[in-house]
Amino acid sequence: MTQITPSGNNELLGAAVSIRKISRLERVLGPENFRVVQGMFKTPASITGFTLIFFFILIAIAAPILAPPVNPNDPYKIPRDGFKSQPREMGSEWTKNAPEIPFWYKAVTGKDEWVHLFGTAQGQYDIYYGVIWGTRTAFRTGLIVVLSTLLLGVLVGAISAYYGGLVDNILMRIVDVLMVLPSLMATLILAAVLTPVIGRSTLPVMISLVAFGWLGYARIIRGDILSVKERDYVLAARVIGNKDSRILFRHIIPNAVFPTLVLASLAIGDVVLSFAALSFLGIGVDVGYADWGQVLAFARNWITNLDTYWFIIVWPGLALVLYVMGFNLLGDALRDVLDPRMRGKI
Amino acid sequence: MLTYIIRRLMLVPFLLFGVTILIFGMLQFLDPVERASLYVRGDPKANQIDAAIRKYCLDCPIHIQYFNWLVGKVDSTTGEREGGILFGNFGWSKTGSQPVADLIARRFPNTLDLTLWAVAPVILVGIWLGVQAAVHHNGVIDQAARVFSIIGTSFPTFVFGLLMLMFFYANLGWFPPGRLTDEFSRVVGSDEFIRYTTLLTIDSLLNGRFDIFLDALRHMFLPILTLSYISWATFLRVTRSSMLETLRQEYVTTARAKGLSENDVIYKHAQPNAMLPVVTLAGFQIVGLLGGVIITETVFDYPGIGSAAATASAQLDVITVLGFALFNGLILIVANLVVDILYAFVDPRVRLS
Repeated sequence: MTQITPSGNNELLGAAVSIRKISRLERVLGPENFRVVQGMFKTPASITGFTLIFFFILIAIAAPILAPPVNPNDPYKIPRDGFKSQPREMGSEWTKNAPEIPFWYKAVTGKDEWVHLFGTAQGQYDIYYGVIWGTRTAFRTGLIVVLSTLLLGVLVGAISAYYGGLVDNILMRIVDVLMVLPSLMATLILAAVLTPVIGRSTLPVMISLVAFGWLGYARIIRGDILSVKERDYVLAARVIGNKDSRILFRHIIPNAVFPTLVLASLAIGDVVLSFAALSFLGIGVDVGYADWGQVLAFARNWITNLDTYWFIIVWPGLALVLYVMGFNLLGDALRDVLDPRMRGKI
Repeated sequence: MLTYIIRRLMLVPFLLFGVTILIFGMLQFLDPVERASLYVRGDPKANQIDAAIRKYCLDCPIHIQYFNWLVGKVDSTTGEREGGILFGNFGWSKTGSQPVADLIARRFPNTLDLTLWAVAPVILVGIWLGVQAAVHHNGVIDQAARVFSIIGTSFPTFVFGLLMLMFFYANLGWFPPGRLTDEFSRVVGSDEFIRYTTLLTIDSLLNGRFDIFLDALRHMFLPILTLSYISWATFLRVTRSSMLETLRQEYVTTARAKGLSENDVIYKHAQPNAMLPVVTLAGFQIVGLLGGVIITETVFDYPGIGSAAATASAQLDVITVLGFALFNGLILIVANLVVDILYAFVDPRVRLS
């Protein structure tokens, strides 16, 4: 075999054969996936998204410093300053059970005593504490639910697509049935059924979110795998006598799952939104759990006085909106990158 | 097209069966004592519980229970049928202190009223925004629309609803929550107000009470706005991208080359063709409105089925919640069927196949 070596001073040819430097990340992810990751850092929208999420990660990590828990064994319980139902203004004095004062407090606020930075809600729950620790709740529930739904969805979708036929038919009909009810309604009823069995915690709502959350992923993954399954390398793997499970988990899934994986991780925003919505309706966690939906729910009895007690909805609302927006912005950027019609433009 | 419709129709009994199995499965989380409420009217007294379990076979094998749940049991002495979802008996609601079916019958017209009023603003404004954004691609309107759609999709309904209440009720006092002002509720509850259709806005007009009609609308304004804005964001996206796609087609260029006015090109040539995905979306959005009003109704204290379901589930009244879910499931199966069949008429690819 003769090797063709470019010779002469041909610029075009030179440019064509010049070897692009390939970073380690690109080698690990493969060129197509690398392009996806790269594309996500390019638009102002996606950068804003990253910044927002980064900001919330910092808050979540620093929660014990920003809002020291009164009872370190149970940090997700919002501390109460008495039991009166009337909410109190922002900046009002903390009379009972004040937490320790962290080092930054004096420098930032210029005060010697703890005050209710964001006021208190009905029952004297400290709103500031709820907003700060609510960030942790958001990440925790969001991550757990998204990972579990993904796992379940990928598993069902992969089995369905790989085996096809009757298995596929049965699994996809189950998906059809579970999709009849709107997801919020379905989650609501399952959580209502599970709460008496499990008890009030984050668990019933999380289980319900998973139970009705995997359906979409299963469908998407199924479609992706159906196309990958016919590739030559899968055939080759079968010819040399690999087991079904090995072909599925080593050859097919890794080649089909990446877009779903990234898209799903951005669904954390939606999950947190649903969780907060159910919490707002009074389903799932106990009253006073550090969760944005819980804090917002405190406003429900004070609708007529919201002009005075605006802080009950504005602070947790702002946190929730910015959090969800961060993930949505990233999701948008990602969809643009993944859209085949946009290839080469981003 | 006939095969498509027949195939779609054949899916219905299957879905109905599936949903009843799903709800019945969830009922199995309850102990037999609580399940007695499916058959007994009123709260069963302590000494009747064992008798009820025996009578309604609440610890029988599962397939017998399922059958009983579907058709109910005929009482041998009175000859009355007790339970049986096929006969519209969804059980006894503890929180509502009445049969679940009655609760639904009283609450559902309110939800329907709200949904019907929300349809027009949801669809028309959403599509109009999307078309404008596409026509002025990358212009000021487009950028504003994109920002709006990102903010719109990130704003949870309950946060938006509470903010609206803060501005328009607590601060300005324009649009109160609830269904009617007390004075009018009394009129509506009295005998002289005839309920022709059970839809309050239509009934008030038929009774010639324009003041009640206006009051009802005043109470519905914020819920409608809340239901609308989130759909606007979705409609805007879909219409915009579909419209952009269509405007790039060659027949649009041809239309322009023929010297048609820009309005004709956009509204007569491009828009009808760009509407296909939007029509599908519109169908699902309207259906979604019927099922997705839980939060909006709760925030605005609006007495529809959504808020009733939310209240019941917050108080862990499982029988009521599952009754609502069953009803909701049935409505959605029928509504989705209608949407799919209508779609067959709209989409030439299905119509001509």
